Amino acid sequence: MKINSPLDAYKYLPGTNCGRCGEDTCMAFASHLIDRSKSAEDCLPMVEEDKYAKKLEELEKLLAPEIREVTIGTGEKSVSIGGDDVLFRHKLTFFNKTAYAYDVTDTMDEKELEERINTIQTFKKFYVGEFLTLDMVAVRCVSGKPETFASTVKKVIGLTELPLVLCSFDPAVLKAALEVAADKKPLMYAANQENWKEVAGLAKEYEVPVTLFAPNDLDLLKSMAKTFAEMGIEDLVLDPGTFPTGKELKTTFENFLKIRRAGIDGDGEVAYPIMAVPLTAWMAYDDDVSASYWETVVASVLTVKYGDIMIMHSIEPYALLPEMHLRDTIYTDPRKPVTVDPGVWEVGSPTADSPIIVTTNFALTYYTVESDISSNKIDCYIVVADTEGIGVEAAVAGGQLTADKIKKTLENAKFDLKEKTNYNTVILPGLSARLQGDVEDKVGSRVLIGPADSGRLPGWLEKNWPPQNK
Amino acid sequence: KFDVARSSEWNTPIQEVTLGATSADGGSRGHTITLGGEKAMPFYFDAEMPNRNYVTMDVFDMPISMAKSVKSNYEDVMGDPAEWAKKVVNEYNADMVTIHLISTDPLINDTPAKEAAKVVEDVLQAVDVPIVIGGSGNPQKDPEVLEKAAEVAEGERALLASASLNLDYERVAKAATDYGHAVLSWTQLEINAQKELNRKLMKQCNVPRDSIVMDPTTAALGYGLDYAYSNMERIRLSALMGDDELNFPMSSGTTNAWGARESWMKESPLKEDSDWGPREYRGPIWEIVTGLSLALAGNDMFMMMHPTSVQVLKEITQTLYG
Ligand code: B12
Ligand code: SF4
Repeated sequence: MKINSPLDAYKYLPGTNCGRCGEDTCMAFASHLIDRSKSAEDCLPMVEEDKYAKKLEELEKLLAPEIREVTIGTGEKSVSIGGDDVLFRHKLTFFNKTAYAYDVTDTMDEKELEERINTIQTFKKFYVGEFLTLDMVAVRCVSGKPETFASTVKKVIGLTELPLVLCSFDPAVLKAALEVAADKKPLMYAANQENWKEVAGLAKEYEVPVTLFAPNDLDLLKSMAKTFAEMGIEDLVLDPGTFPTGKELKTTFENFLKIRRAGIDGDGEVAYPIMAVPLTAWMAYDDDVSASYWETVVASVLTVKYGDIMIMHSIEPYALLPEMHLRDTIYTDPRKPVTVDPGVWEVGSPTADSPIIVTTNFALTYYTVESDISSNKIDCYIVVADTEGIGVEAAVAGGQLTADKIKKTLENAKFDLKEKTNYNTVILPGLSARLQGDVEDKVGSRVLIGPADSGRLPGWLEKNWPPQNK
Repeated sequence: KFDVARSSEWNTPIQEVTLGATSADGGSRGHTITLGGEKAMPFYFDAEMPNRNYVTMDVFDMPISMAKSVKSNYEDVMGDPAEWAKKVVNEYNADMVTIHLISTDPLINDTPAKEAAKVVEDVLQAVDVPIVIGGSGNPQKDPEVLEKAAEVAEGERALLASASLNLDYERVAKAATDYGHAVLSWTQLEINAQKELNRKLMKQCNVPRDSIVMDPTTAALGYGLDYAYSNMERIRLSALMGDDELNFPMSSGTTNAWGARESWMKESPLKEDSDWGPREYRGPIWEIVTGLSLALAGNDMFMMMHPTSVQVLKEITQTLYG
């Protein structure tokens, strides 16, 4: 972004405070432009009225992120990468989480291909209200044959909607694949010192994004990027090489830092998304577990520091889970609140006989508990106390989860336990056992202490619910 | 030509803190360990990193419950802290040992401080690496426990864990200064609280700058690591830019990773989740990734538990260190 204060953005707005953007004033809207929670087209008068067209265009240029945003694939599953404005996430947030591509090759037999693709596109892990998933398939040419590669790519397209990376340094191979896949807007991987002219030709002809590969040669990488940009090819991704071990790995890390720092600091010629290929870990280790571990380690380092897209091989859950979670960690918006609304909420279709479960309004706690229950098809009420976004154990320690809070939550929701339920009993989290007496007194209900981890609730309920003697 | 400037904002090196004392300095450790000294973010090209990362492995003064894949490594030494310490140093390549005196907790065994201090002596006898001495986490009892432990470890330059705002940090600080130890300044994911405690340790308790290490709290991958990561990164950046209340090496309770259900549960409690695969492999990598991300945020010392995690974390941090 070329401007950094709301005042700078305000100058370009109509200044009528019409409110159509959902903000009361143009100034308020301007501050959302700067924190990137709104975009210029949200000001409808600017979009609709011709007299603002020029201002809109200028404003959009000023607001464009330092690092170019590149989109791969089409439709719902397409991914955007890049688009960042800062070097440290707490200064704003990182945009467009790192896209994870997992490889298949054109020498795999049909069954293996199908199985791998199926894992890549169906793998999912619930986390804070949504599922973490994987993004892309990288099809690697191992056969060296254009027809073989093209036919594999065709098969892959038949199996998945996920965006593709087409991997080969042979322009003839890439061309054959683009013939069948260009309309899906795959990413070409890659142009290098030898093939760049032909690959640039393909990028222009088929209008697809392309990775520039210059292993450990930032001068070459930059000059290639400059040349491509001058040719009008700007959907670029930079790959400075991912060396899996030793001194070269250290250099790889430094290359990522250098490219991103230069880009954010205003060197437009290298301000593109960066690609990592942790898959190279498989060249360093023989056994699957060691290779998977090291691949995850390399991917972690480069997810934290500036990798925007990466190609990996291991689809073992013990590799995928930490990778997905780390990416989510780094790309979580540090500005957004992590709470859910307090209240008494229904899961499934609870009746007067259903359990009543108490928890906190910390989003991580709530969604963990809610999903543990709903995925096991248990109907119940969840009493979400306003603990100011603090989890159970810390809230008990810090005094945000108390008998009074629980009572108040029930009252505010006009949820009378005696009236609405048959047992007048609430279930407290195991980690808040010490509130039991207090809750019995203040809420006037009976209290059961559940397990420490809500993952064990379903089994626990089987044994303990309904409570004996009404 | 590609060109990028070195950072001009980072003009203040992190304080160096040396742990352990050899016979030359009146102790009995085989070697010392120096933390800190960075002039740039970790592993950056802006300036050489003077000291590598170190791992201290947990030893407890009584058998405790732990994840199955961790426990299986320690079953033979659970009842014997000295043997346990030997095992982590000789077999698992620990740079240091943390002896946690958790049996002193009044709600556990209420072991008297004096008795607990004997365990510290045993561990000092058993291994010659620098040590960290941890209490039980009970704010009423810890100051007394750490006092006694500091006394028996006099001259060894241990790290006392911890001083925090919710206990009598003055007593802990005094134990450190009286007996020549360093102190771990522990706060809960809050940069201002960290500044406050460090300031109190320096100004009110006269702890020298070269005797403070910070623990700004580690929340596990998937359980608040996003806070913990940025908290550390902000602390380190402020320090490099001259905030002398935050200008200390950092330590991470990386073992917190074992609290995440992904690291220890046999399978996902959610039917909709894909299969989580074998937990024997899930646990160690959870600890590795938790620690590794914090290494990139500026953390210097890692408190860890699983041997595989220690080995891999050391390998990657030393590779990046060069
Ligand atoms: C992150 C964290 C914090 C963050 C909290 C961020 C947040 N938004 O919650 C911050 C930094 C703010 C914090 C502060 C404090 N913390 Co803190 N914190 C942690 C930490 C590292 C993780 C907690 C967490 O998020 N867990 C994940 C969530 C999802 O777990 P959960 O809410 O408990 O939910 C689970 C279960 O309770 C259960 N469950 C939930 N609901 C229900 C309902 C039913 C019916 C059932 C059956 C089960 C169930 O299932 C859930 C999934 O497993 C833990 C240590 C650890 N590794 O556990 C310490 C910890 C919880 N904190 C602790 C303490 C002491 C504090 C402070 C008091 C420290 C201080 N002196 O300032 C403050 C209190 C602050 C406050 N309340 O105002 C102690 C608590 C000790 C105790 N038992 O009393 C812990 C255990 C650390 C320790 N060992 O000392 N903390
Ligand atoms: S829609 Fe545009 S003109 Fe109207 S208030 Fe918002 S920013 Fe101002």
